[in-house]
Amino acid sequence: MVLKAAPAARPARPATPPAIIAAKTLVHLLCLAPLAWLGWRVWQVLGGANVDALGAEPVVAIEHELGIGALRLLLITLAITPLRQITGWTAALRFRRMLGLYAFVYASLHFGVWLALDLVGDLSQVATEIARRPFITVGFLAWLLLVPLAVTSTKGWMRRLGRKWGQLHKAIYPIAALAVLHFWWIVKSDWREPALYAGILAVLLGWRVWKAVQKRRLASAAGARVATPRR
Amino acid sequence: MSLRDALRIRESEVTDETVYRDRRRLLALMAAAPALTLAGCADAEPPPASTTRVTPAQARSGFRTDEPLTRFEDITSYNNFYEFGTGKGDPSSAAKTLRTSPWTVEVGGECAKPGRVSFEDLLRGVANEERIYRLRCVEGWSMVIPWNGVPLASVLRKFEPNANAKYVAFTTLTDREQMPGLRFRSINWPYREGLRIDEAMHPLAFLATGLYGKALPQQNGAPLRLVVPWKYGFKSIKSIVGIRFVERMPSTAWNDLQPSEYGFFSNVNPAVDHPRWSQKTERRIAGSGNRLLANRIDTRPFNGYADQVASLYSGMDLRKWY
Repeated sequence: MVLKAAPAARPARPATPPAIIAAKTLVHLLCLAPLAWLGWRVWQVLGGANVDALGAEPVVAIEHELGIGALRLLLITLAITPLRQITGWTAALRFRRMLGLYAFVYASLHFGVWLALDLVGDLSQVATEIARRPFITVGFLAWLLLVPLAVTSTKGWMRRLGRKWGQLHKAIYPIAALAVLHFWWIVKSDWREPALYAGILAVLLGWRVWKAVQKRRLASAAGARVATPRR
Repeated sequence: MSLRDALRIRESEVTDETVYRDRRRLLALMAAAPALTLAGCADAEPPPASTTRVTPAQARSGFRTDEPLTRFEDITSYNNFYEFGTGKGDPSSAAKTLRTSPWTVEVGGECAKPGRVSFEDLLRGVANEERIYRLRCVEGWSMVIPWNGVPLASVLRKFEPNANAKYVAFTTLTDREQMPGLRFRSINWPYREGLRIDEAMHPLAFLATGLYGKALPQQNGAPLRLVVPWKYGFKSIKSIVGIRFVERMPSTAWNDLQPSEYGFFSNVNPAVDHPRWSQKTERRIAGSGNRLLANRIDTRPFNGYADQVASLYSGMDLRKWY
């Protein structure tokens, strides 16, 4: 038996610390818990054990819970970078991708429930509704823009895209804005809840603008210092 | 103008101040962009009341539908009553404190016998009836509700409206102590609604004081609410404290807030969409069956009451007068 030469070993990845594994497990559970709770109530309604588990309009309740879940996860994902910058806790970045992917899962379920349960039997309406209702148009656009981000979230795609990966994933900013708009445009007159999400998003995006301005100012100040000949 | 000059334009020169200050209107416009063509109708003279009369037999045919009823639990837990909060479950928890007795209604305007009357006097001498009506909400859901109450016309006639009474305007109670939702201006309080006089006098127009044979629960508009089954639910104003006969089309709460989305007439009409969603179908909340998969039904013109009420609007362009 001829032993083949072992393929060149990849550089050994540093082992993930147990604390991070535990924390990631916790985040997974926290992200899945609302889905499990929702699934349990759907089961109760379907089985007739408790037809009131999701209120008088179960479809609307499911859509709303999934949509709010997606929006919250988007904002939490966007909070990771400021959190790291403020606290210096770099490990926070390890949670960003999974949170973003959960946002995509919630958004996809939200869209799927709209297709399957809300427009049931009237799938010809899908294109018309997306095109004609501005609130649906922006919601659909937000989901559509999330797709390439979810697809390219693997290590392989990160490597392949290089610098472009970061640029592509900046799409999360308009996505979050579209998601807030989607929520704002569906409310009839009580804008307080969408306004709360809009405010949080404004803080998260404002922080980035402020950091960018600060960085540029520091850079130009440093440049000026270099340019000024010392006596 | 060079690019450099363009960049120097101050923010205030780009957007007119009155425009960006008027946030609510701007948002409404943005939300209602597809409906802008409809928005101009407020300027035109509204059509006068019809002169055609519906026969008693014709009217009676609309009094009781035999469709499956919505359960009491759903009717009393899924409500729009913004005086108690904008969540569907808010009224059923927050409205318990509403005192419905004693209750007085101020009746005035173009009539021979105006006055402040008690709830009991208002209904005295009018036989209580049961009506089983469909209720179609502008949001796209519907119920089938067994109401108890009196024909609106029987109550209105007591005050002897005169020839100038072309419309009837209704007002809901506004009491900040009893109604926590009033703290937020989700509506330009008080909640107001109105009907053209021929609509108000139509045999289907009803004043409900109960449902399922019980006194009307607070969250459903106790002690006295309007029920106009061929119009979207928001026309059926709750907890009425004011009735006024007027000559001009009165200002109504939702129309006042967003005229492009909520017209004065607001007859149920599958052919005229709400700018933000379709009105072709509705989700029927009825019975205790599976509501996840099989409750979407077609919406009918005038909510299925075309035989009884369509003649009120003969010659009217219902796309214009939505």
